[in-house]
Amino acid sequence: MQFWIIQSLNSLSLGGLLFLLASGFSLIFGLMRLANLTHGAFFMLGAYFGAVALRTFDGLNFWVVAIGSGLLVAALGGLFERLVLRRLNTNPLGQVLVTLGMSFIIADACLIIWGGDPIPVPTPAYFQSPTRVFGFTFPTYRLVVVACALAVAIGLYLLLERTRIGAMIRAGVDDRQMARAVGIPVSRLFTAVFCLGAGIAGAGGVLGGPVLSAYPGLDADMLPLALIVVILGGVGSLLGAFVGSFIIGFIYTFGSALIPDLAYIILFLPMIAVIAFRPRGLFGRLNT
Amino acid sequence: MKKQALVILVALLIALPLFAGDFYINLSTQVLIAVVFACSLNLLVGYGGMTSLGHASYMGLASYIVAILTTRYGMGHGATAIISIVGTTASAALFGLIALRATGLSFLMITLAISQVLWGLAYRMTSVTNGDNGITGITRPMPFGVSLESASSFYWFTLIVTAASFAAMATFVLSTFGSSLRGVRDQPRRMAALGYNPWMIRWITFIYSGFWAGVAGLLYVYYHKYIHPTSLSTTNSAEGLLGVIAGGSGTLGGPVVGAALVSLLKNYASGYIERWNMLLGIVFLLIVLLMPTGIVPGIRKLVGRIRGGQK
Repeated sequence: MQFWIIQSLNSLSLGGLLFLLASGFSLIFGLMRLANLTHGAFFMLGAYFGAVALRTFDGLNFWVVAIGSGLLVAALGGLFERLVLRRLNTNPLGQVLVTLGMSFIIADACLIIWGGDPIPVPTPAYFQSPTRVFGFTFPTYRLVVVACALAVAIGLYLLLERTRIGAMIRAGVDDRQMARAVGIPVSRLFTAVFCLGAGIAGAGGVLGGPVLSAYPGLDADMLPLALIVVILGGVGSLLGAFVGSFIIGFIYTFGSALIPDLAYIILFLPMIAVIAFRPRGLFGRLNT
Repeated sequence: MKKQALVILVALLIALPLFAGDFYINLSTQVLIAVVFACSLNLLVGYGGMTSLGHASYMGLASYIVAILTTRYGMGHGATAIISIVGTTASAALFGLIALRATGLSFLMITLAISQVLWGLAYRMTSVTNGDNGITGITRPMPFGVSLESASSFYWFTLIVTAASFAAMATFVLSTFGSSLRGVRDQPRRMAALGYNPWMIRWITFIYSGFWAGVAGLLYVYYHKYIHPTSLSTTNSAEGLLGVIAGGSGTLGGPVVGAALVSLLKNYASGYIERWNMLLGIVFLLIVLLMPTGIVPGIRKLVGRIRGGQK
C-alpha cells in the first residue's frame, strides 16, 4: 500500500514538473507556430541557477531563488527571441533548427561551467520533515511541487481566460493574421509569451532541483517527455498540457518502478494511440 | 568541364589509399559514411519536405542489431547484415506510419520524440544493450573472403557501398516517382487532385530513406567495431541534418558537400576543443542565419551571377 501511495505521489510531482515545462512549450507553439527545442535547456538552466544560488548563499529564501531564476531565464529567452528568432519569422524550419542549435550551446555551456557531476539542490529546511496523513508518511516537498504546479495552472488559466492580454493571446492562437488585422500587437505578444514560457520553465527547473538535481543531460531527459505531453494533450491547449502531464507523470513513474527496462516503450503507447485516433491531441484545437 | 572535374574527383577518391596515410584514409571513410547518412536524410528533408529530427534512430538501430546479434548470439555476418537491414527498414515503415499522421512541425516533434525514446531505451535496457558501456568486440565482415581489417581495404569497401547508395538514391530522385515526390512537397493538394496519393508517396520515401540510413549504420558499426547509445542521440540526427542543410537540401550534390564539411570540421575541431556540441550549435545558428539555402545552391547562384556579368 505504502508503495502505491508513494509512487502515486511521485507521479503527481513529476506530472507537476512536466506541466511547468509543457505549458510554456505548448503556449509558444500555439501562438508562434514554433517548436521551441530550447525549452528543455531553459529548464536545466533554471535548475543550475537554483543549485548554485542555494549552495553558495546559505539561508537564501527558496522562493526568491525560484522566481529570480525564472526571471533570469525569461530575460535570456526574450533576448534569444528578439535577436535571433525574430529574424527568421518567415522561415519556420530555420527557427526550429536555431532553437536546436541554441539548446546544444546552452547544454555545452552548462557542462563547461558546472562540470559533469550532478549538483543536488538542497530541499528547503521547512519542507524536510515528512507529512503524516492517515498513518501514511509523505515527503512534504513533493506535495509542495504539486501545489506549485496547480497554482501555475490556475494562474495561467486566469491569465488566458480572464484578462485582456489573455484574450489577445487566444486570438493570436486561433487566427494570427486576423488578430493582427484588428490591431493586436502580435509581435510584442510573441516576445511576451516566449519570455513567459521560458520563465515558467526556468522556475520549474529550480522547483525540480530537489527532486531531480541539476545534471548535464537533464534537458535531454525532460524535453522528450514534454514533447510527448504536448503531442498527447494537443498543441496550444493549456488543459491538454495539464492532463497530458499527469498522464505521462503516472505512466513514466510507474513504468520505471515496475518494469524499469521498458519504461520508455510504455511511454510510446498513449502517444501512438492518440496519434492514431486523434492526431490533433486530446484537447488540441489546432490542426497543424 | 563539369564532367571532367567529376572524373578527376572519382579517380582521386579511388586512388586515395595509394598516396595518403592511414589517418587520412580513416578520416575519408568516416566522411563517406556521413555522406550516405546525409543523402538518405536528404530524401526526406530536401525532396519530401519532411524535416525529421530522428534520423539517427535508423542508423543506430541497424548498428545495434548487428552488434547484438554478432557478439551475443555469435551469428554470421551475412545473415546479421540482412536481418539488420530488414529490421531497420521495417521499423522505419512502422515509425513512418506514426509520424506521417502529421506534417510540418508536428512531424518533426514526433520523429524527435520517437528517436529520444529509442535513445532512452538503448541507455536503460542494459540487459540487452549494455547501457552506457556500449557493445565492444564487433568484427568486420569478410565479403568473398576479403579481409577488411586494413584502413585501405575498408575504405575501398565503403567507397563501393557509398557509390552504389548514391547511385540508387539519385535514380530514385530522378525517376518519375521522384518527380511526384517533389510535387507532393510543393503542392500536396494539387497532387491529390491529380489522383496521386500524397500519403503513400511520403511513406514509401520514408521507408526508402530509412533503408539507406540502415546501410550507413552497417558501415558505421563495422568501421568503429563499437556501438554506444550516443549513436542514437539527437546530436547525431542534428549532425546529419546540418550536413543536408549546410550543403543545400533538395540537391543531389549538396548533402555530399555538407556532410563532408561537417565531419571534417568535427574531426579538425576535436583536436583543439574538447567538446563538439557547442561548435555544432554555433555552426547551426550561423548556417541558418547567414546561408539558409546552403552552400551548393549559394555557390551556383554566385557562379551564375559572375557568368551573367561576363556576358
